[in-house]
Amino acid sequence: MKMSLRKGLALATTVMCAMSFVGCGSSQTTTTSNTTNEGNNEVASGEVYKIGAMGPLTGDYASYGISVKQGAEIAINEINAAGGVNGHNFELIFEDDECDEEKAISAYNKVMDEGVIAILGAVTSGCSTAVADESVNDGILQITPSGSTQDCTKHENGFRICFTDPLQGQTMAKYIAEQGYKNVAIIYDAASDYSNGITEAFIAEAANVGLTVVAQESFNTGDVDFKTQLTKIKDVNADCLFLPLYYAEVGYITEQATTVGISLPYFGCDGWDGIIKQLNGETANIEGATFLTPFVATSEEENIKAFVTSYQAAYSATPDQFAADGYDGVYAIKAAIEKCGDDVTNENLIAAMTEIEVKGLTGDMTFTPEGEPNKSAKVAVIENGEYVAK
Amino acid sequence: MGFIEQLINGLNLGSIYALMALGYTMVYGIAKMLNFAHGDIIMVGAYTLSLVMTNLGMPPIIAILASVVVCSLLGVTIEKIAYKPLRSASPLTVLITAIGVSYFLQSVALLIFGSNKRKVESAITMSGIKIGALELTGESVVTLGVTILIMVGLTLFIKKTKLGKAMLAVSEDKGAAQLMGINVNQTISITFAIGSALAAVAGVLFVSSYGFVGPYTGSLPGIKAFVAAVLGGIGSIPGAMLGGIILGIIESLSKAYISTNLSDAIVFSVLIIVLLVKPSGLLGKVRMDKV
Repeated sequence: MKMSLRKGLALATTVMCAMSFVGCGSSQTTTTSNTTNEGNNEVASGEVYKIGAMGPLTGDYASYGISVKQGAEIAINEINAAGGVNGHNFELIFEDDECDEEKAISAYNKVMDEGVIAILGAVTSGCSTAVADESVNDGILQITPSGSTQDCTKHENGFRICFTDPLQGQTMAKYIAEQGYKNVAIIYDAASDYSNGITEAFIAEAANVGLTVVAQESFNTGDVDFKTQLTKIKDVNADCLFLPLYYAEVGYITEQATTVGISLPYFGCDGWDGIIKQLNGETANIEGATFLTPFVATSEEENIKAFVTSYQAAYSATPDQFAADGYDGVYAIKAAIEKCGDDVTNENLIAAMTEIEVKGLTGDMTFTPEGEPNKSAKVAVIENGEYVAK
Repeated sequence: MGFIEQLINGLNLGSIYALMALGYTMVYGIAKMLNFAHGDIIMVGAYTLSLVMTNLGMPPIIAILASVVVCSLLGVTIEKIAYKPLRSASPLTVLITAIGVSYFLQSVALLIFGSNKRKVESAITMSGIKIGALELTGESVVTLGVTILIMVGLTLFIKKTKLGKAMLAVSEDKGAAQLMGINVNQTISITFAIGSALAAVAGVLFVSSYGFVGPYTGSLPGIKAFVAAVLGGIGSIPGAMLGGIILGIIESLSKAYISTNLSDAIVFSVLIIVLLVKPSGLLGKVRMDKV
């Protein structure tokens, strides 16, 4: 009995170690079938153009997938209400990938079997990259609305709507320097590609624009105690704090910063979108915080106001940047189809991408042959419990 | 100055780990099973607190009691449904079941509350203690106090009361205990009720210190608390306390003075070294120390 208990304990430790490594990380995925739907996706007149999409609809990252899906549906309803393109209506086929790369590939194969003409997805970076390795074999146009790591667009058929992580880091370094700050402290998530990507680019750019990084503290995804890092930052001479993180961690850090006695101006990146809801609207601690975002729902621009109104009517929720990315993704596909005219093939759609211009919610954009969008950066400032576009 | 502040940070963190480890160790010591769902019961406790306080507008004390009651009932129910039928099965089977229960609770919370974390107001209204320029928050003082109180209370309960002695007997030998007229099933149920009530208290204090609860709130702290319990000697009540505090202080100091990236590696290295030198943990060796 004694022996078996000890064995059980050893086994338990092993199992727990294994469990703690499971997550939305970047596991290796092998390339499988590359035989489906080679080029034969011409659509007969009167039939619908099917757009295949995948993203997390359940699990920890569900809010991203749901937003992209709903944003894309708004775009599709608008297009169909206006009579579609060349007499074709649009249809969205959205599969849940639970932010899991294997499931993203299954989702991809499933929508390919439906005869889709383009892929809108995946929503998260790891899944987008996994799907990209499959879609390049089928030669189909793939636009990720929100996959921000460099690899999502490494193949010639891949494009994206959002900014890359390094570009966000560069842009924020320039922006913070322009605001007159000199000494910046950073807290980043060492276990996240997103946070690392932004941080590296930020530090590289900081040297060029005369910013000194006086503290660079990390943590691991899932940590909730940041008092140690904050206590260290309190003792260095920082005049602002840059948090390239998602809003869940930002919530913990800004609350604990107040406890530790730090009141520095905050800067962030697009992961901050959602912070006001996370804090239940109690934003006194982060008043004046500025973050890079492609979309602010309270903006006064006409197209954004119209989108927010239809989104609220349909889903009783305020759209976030993911919804806007999904919306813009559908319009990018529509523009590419229009450019092709009657001859809608994979090759023509991909070639059309670099020639189109999309007047999107996240800005007016064109696309480079590398798949990156050309558009200007926007920032939002938190004022009196609201996001204000600047 | 900075060092003392970091030491206090470590103490705060450690007292939370200690409180969670107490529940782990209590259930392990008596039922001889690792209840990996413990971290998720903490999560349920935190959600209950939030619901009763925010949605029903009750005062904190009612919310804390509600949380304790809900978690105890949940613990007993889980034991009856999932663990009791496996009483004579191999430890491996029970272990896997416990992991299953853990995922089940997380998924149910995800379905009900969604994946976004919920902001929870602190149930602790006490203000912090200031010593010179140093400040201990009210939450830390209460957590530390409650952990010590529970440690002493549990030790006395096990050593002095009839029920406690029955638990000790069950942990030694279920068959013999039954022959002596002890109701083994009832004793184990009570153990789970107490263990889960401790989880509720840990949940309340955790969420009061950190301010947010989500479906996976309990999982990582649950693992750390398990490590704390093993470090201190699983099954030993003072060991859980000691393990938790040591773990918190090592984590905080290694983050502050060595590397934030390496802090977890350092914590787990300490665990491995301690287990190599003293396989039963710091205070786990002597049989009498077991609850």
